[in-house]
Amino acid sequence: MTYLLRRLVFYLLAAWASVTLAFVIPRLMPGDPEATMFARFHGKLDPEAMTALRRTFGFSDEPMWRQYLDYLGHVATGDLGTSVSYFPARVGDVIATGMIWTLFLAGLAVVLSYALGTLAGILAAWRRGRWLDAVGPPLLVLLGAFPFFWLAMLLLFLFGYTLGWTPVRHAHDSQVSPGWTLGFAWSVISHAALPAITIVVATAGSWMLDMRNTMIGILGEDYITMAHAKGLAPRRVMFRYAARNALLPSVTSFGMALGFVLSGSLLTEIVFSYPGQGYLLIQAVRSLDYPLIQGLFLTITLAVLAANFLVDVVYVWLDPRARSRGAP
Amino acid sequence: MTMMESDQLLRVEDLRVEYLTEAGRVRVVDDVSFNLRRGEILGLAGESGSGKTTIALAILRLLKPPAVITGGSVVFEGRDLLSLGEVELRRLRGRKIALVTQSAMNALNPVLSIGEQLADAIREHERVGRRSALERARRLLDLVDIDPDRVRSYPHELSGGMRQRVVIAMAMALSPSLVLMDEPTTALDVAVQREILARIARLRQERDFSILFISHDLSILLELCTRIGVLYAGRLVEAAPARRLLGSPQHPYTGGLIRCFPHADEAPGPRPRLVGIPGAPPDPRDPPPGCRFHPRCGQRLPACQRSAPALTTVATDHEVACHLTRS
Repeated sequence: MTYLLRRLVFYLLAAWASVTLAFVIPRLMPGDPEATMFARFHGKLDPEAMTALRRTFGFSDEPMWRQYLDYLGHVATGDLGTSVSYFPARVGDVIATGMIWTLFLAGLAVVLSYALGTLAGILAAWRRGRWLDAVGPPLLVLLGAFPFFWLAMLLLFLFGYTLGWTPVRHAHDSQVSPGWTLGFAWSVISHAALPAITIVVATAGSWMLDMRNTMIGILGEDYITMAHAKGLAPRRVMFRYAARNALLPSVTSFGMALGFVLSGSLLTEIVFSYPGQGYLLIQAVRSLDYPLIQGLFLTITLAVLAANFLVDVVYVWLDPRARSRGAP
Repeated sequence: MTMMESDQLLRVEDLRVEYLTEAGRVRVVDDVSFNLRRGEILGLAGESGSGKTTIALAILRLLKPPAVITGGSVVFEGRDLLSLGEVELRRLRGRKIALVTQSAMNALNPVLSIGEQLADAIREHERVGRRSALERARRLLDLVDIDPDRVRSYPHELSGGMRQRVVIAMAMALSPSLVLMDEPTTALDVAVQREILARIARLRQERDFSILFISHDLSILLELCTRIGVLYAGRLVEAAPARRLLGSPQHPYTGGLIRCFPHADEAPGPRPRLVGIPGAPPDPRDPPPGCRFHPRCGQRLPACQRSAPALTTVATDHEVACHLTRS
């Protein structure tokens, strides 16, 4: 367990570094960042919003170390300031609503894509040269090679507009009031279906190919021959002996994919006008909502770190060697 | 060869294994035949590439493409394994015929504890619960002098010798009547090698099973085995009881192998020079015509290049495939 503790300390340091960078970078901008930044809003924002903005960035006449400590305190308590474009909503609240939708849509899609792609890779390697192995990887890689937004728009056009099977925008029907009702759940699911399928179609291929290739290597190992020689049923050899080992390298890439869920679904969310993190980020950039941009970057960074820590925990659980040796 | 039918545990007859490659068929085991009697330790000697591992894997039908059995029969306890259904074959693997693979380092699944791996073998063949299977795993470890509490250990926590003993324990798990041992001591240092060999010999006395012991090291085989078959380039060139093989090897290749290592029981005085066999084994894709050993043979006759000598009985239980013995 000392291994996980060491990793935790590392991630905490990384988190601190990224938070600090977010503080330092605006202050390293040439000229007077405050003046440049606020000149754009001059006359557009009411004085109250201006003060809120200044406060968010800690721009004040206080000494730098004082500003830095204030800023750290705010971040630690989850106070990311006030959004400009959603004024007077707090940045934290704005991000929270976006995060829920992103976690639901992209989180689900990435997990689904990983599970399906990996399973297909296991089967393709096990029946090497058979139809799944012959058709699956080239087809999925071809689909994955299309520009993502193009694929998204194609599916949207086909199933949303032409066939009319799925809704074309938003996370749920505006006529259905949010709540724990069947109607709302259905509305949410039907809205998420097409964007989720797009993500799965675009990414499952690389999971499949990765898993297939690792798995083929593992199938040549002596312990697979031994497992067969023990008389174990093929399914047992396939999952408990081969796939369990082939999974290890892909868990790391899966962690990366999970970490980038919060930012990586940008294009999907734009094409499908899905009110998640990516959509928020575009809105924030368009309206130069600096507090929101900063807040979003912070959450994305922290999400990547958290996902990586999660992967470390899973890795230790999956690979006994990581427990004693210390490096996955 | 005279032998009681009931004596026979395994009969391999005209076994042929080929690699089906795009460039054509490569024959790596060429019509090999041998018997293994109950209670016997039969050794198979040969250089790497002689087809000895392939034979072991072919017996359990564990060969992977492109290696394919293209002929012959493997009769075990009266049943031809080569025509057995997949399910029946699986019931036999581990339970009746166990395998100890070449490298102890990679023979164990790195992500499962050794207890789980032992229990897997037991539970696949017998209706026992997890706990009683683990209890049996503990006893198996004890059998090979490993602390039973190591059931929880993972392969990387064990030394090479311990891992090899775990693999041997695994082979013992279901009291098979035949254990195929493919170079079980090759990757280990000499002291550990001794210890493992002694372990195997003792286990065999206690538990009564037969062994097909495969090694490139003829000295180990001479020490451990009752009978030895010598393979060269996919063909069996000589088979005899161990003592006889050491005392009067008939095939020039066997003789060459024996002169490759020093003998501890030699009379004092000047030691005979250790000599290797000049040349290298042939490329299986393009074997020489006639006797495959003739390019390296110091005693070759004109006939050796023309025709492959058949395996003939030269004395009781002693077979040789060489033109020299006929003339």
